[in-house]
Amino acid sequence: MKAFTHAAALCLLAAASTAGAADANLGRNLAATCANCHGTNGKAVPGSGMSSLAGESKANLLQKLADFKSGDKPASIMHQIAKGYTEAQLTLIADYYAAQK
Amino acid sequence: MMLMKRRDFLKIGAAAGTMASLYGCAAGNKAGGHVVVVGGGYGGATVAKYLRMWSQGSVQVTLVERNPSFISCPISNLVIGGTKTMEDITVSYDNLQSKWGVRVIQDDVVALDAVKRSVKLAKGGSLSYDRIVLSPGVDFMFDQIPGLDNAAAQQKILHAWKAGPQTVALRQQLESMKDGGVFAIAIPKAPYRCPPGPYERACLVADYFKKNKPKSRVVILDANEDVQSKKGLFVKAWADLYKDQIEYRPNSEVKDVDVASNTAILEFDKFKADVLNVIPPHRAGNIASQSGLKLINNRWVDINWLSMESTGTPSVHVIGDAIFPAPTMPKSGHMANQHGKLAAAAIINLLAGEEPNPAPVVMNTCYSFVDAKNAIHVASIHQYDTATKLVQPVKGAGGVSAARNELEGKAALGWARNIWADMLA
Repeated sequence: MKAFTHAAALCLLAAASTAGAADANLGRNLAATCANCHGTNGKAVPGSGMSSLAGESKANLLQKLADFKSGDKPASIMHQIAKGYTEAQLTLIADYYAAQK
Repeated sequence: MMLMKRRDFLKIGAAAGTMASLYGCAAGNKAGGHVVVVGGGYGGATVAKYLRMWSQGSVQVTLVERNPSFISCPISNLVIGGTKTMEDITVSYDNLQSKWGVRVIQDDVVALDAVKRSVKLAKGGSLSYDRIVLSPGVDFMFDQIPGLDNAAAQQKILHAWKAGPQTVALRQQLESMKDGGVFAIAIPKAPYRCPPGPYERACLVADYFKKNKPKSRVVILDANEDVQSKKGLFVKAWADLYKDQIEYRPNSEVKDVDVASNTAILEFDKFKADVLNVIPPHRAGNIASQSGLKLINNRWVDINWLSMESTGTPSVHVIGDAIFPAPTMPKSGHMANQHGKLAAAAIINLLAGEEPNPAPVVMNTCYSFVDAKNAIHVASIHQYDTATKLVQPVKGAGGVSAARNELEGKAALGWARNIWADMLA
């Protein structure tokens, strides 16, 4: 019975992802919107002056993004871009880049 | 490294499949099939690479591109201004083939059969597809400027609005021009490719004149009633840096040209220039505008923002400058790259029998140089809105530079290196 509930929950999860609640690759897709400047999967071209995000800790990334949003961290453009994403989206993006090696 | 990843993915995939079948529900997301991509610019190169990368090589991709290498429109105004070379803005397609396994064919797609799901190639033969992505950019409506509607005229009065031989030719015209001459650039009514681009070009030509031909002038003939992008920043640059060089004339639509005398013919006026640079009105590239896809204003392809799929023609996705844009969305290389990723994610889901991501996000960053070193930007973020079914600009986000500066000039060049790598490396 326990196994059955577990299985049912798994099926529900799978159904939810196909019925459009959230895409399984949402974090990957959101992170890819940063790749134009920060490199594919967060690996910026060395010497290009852009920071690599791959492998940075989630806490660091989220702190930087929060500081851009609040204006605490001076920026030419990131203060404007960070405001375009929800907190939940920024968390998914930070999760994705923290997991890149 | 790719192989390692793919093997890991297969292991995980197999494990997930076993688990799913044990529990009696479908696991899915095993995309397969063949995708043809037409056009290897900012949109097409990106969708080709990301389809291969995100499907772990399980989706076959053929890219058809007419040019032997990629030449970037962004940064090409620096070639026209004389501080960069064609080599600086040219990138090879080799990595797409050798590293990502994209089959690159140098050819032109001349016809699309959406029912048989195949395209005909100019050099002969055809390609069949499960899904196709059209990223053809724009083609010019030379018929709107009758004097320009022939090959000889187009050799003399250049657009240089597709980077390539015309970029080099316009630079040569400027170099040959005597000091004291006039360069005139004509901008079509919006929407057109790269809204700030013509104003950037005016700045960079003026910068070249200021340093090398100080008696020469730049005249902007704008069909629009006002500057279309980064207005305050451009107007300030013209006042601060180019007071004696640049003259801006709004509501000055070029209706025709007299090629022999290098004269732009406006509705009530004429303007003779030493170098006349006319950007004609444009529409979706021919393969997108002439294949029976649903168009808006008879010029741009109407697409579904969850998948970039043509609203009227299944399995045909269209990205980049060829689409009817969402509100405030510019036709830019950066945006085309973002369309490419949205389309790649959606196509992989669709090929696996799944729905596309219901909450896509795209964003734009666009730098313009106002002289050889200083740049300005505009940025925007666009989130999918279920009520309008469009990606809508996020209010309170994005914006323009506080002021032109050298740091952004460096950022502009860093942007270029990274986006070219994101597409092609």
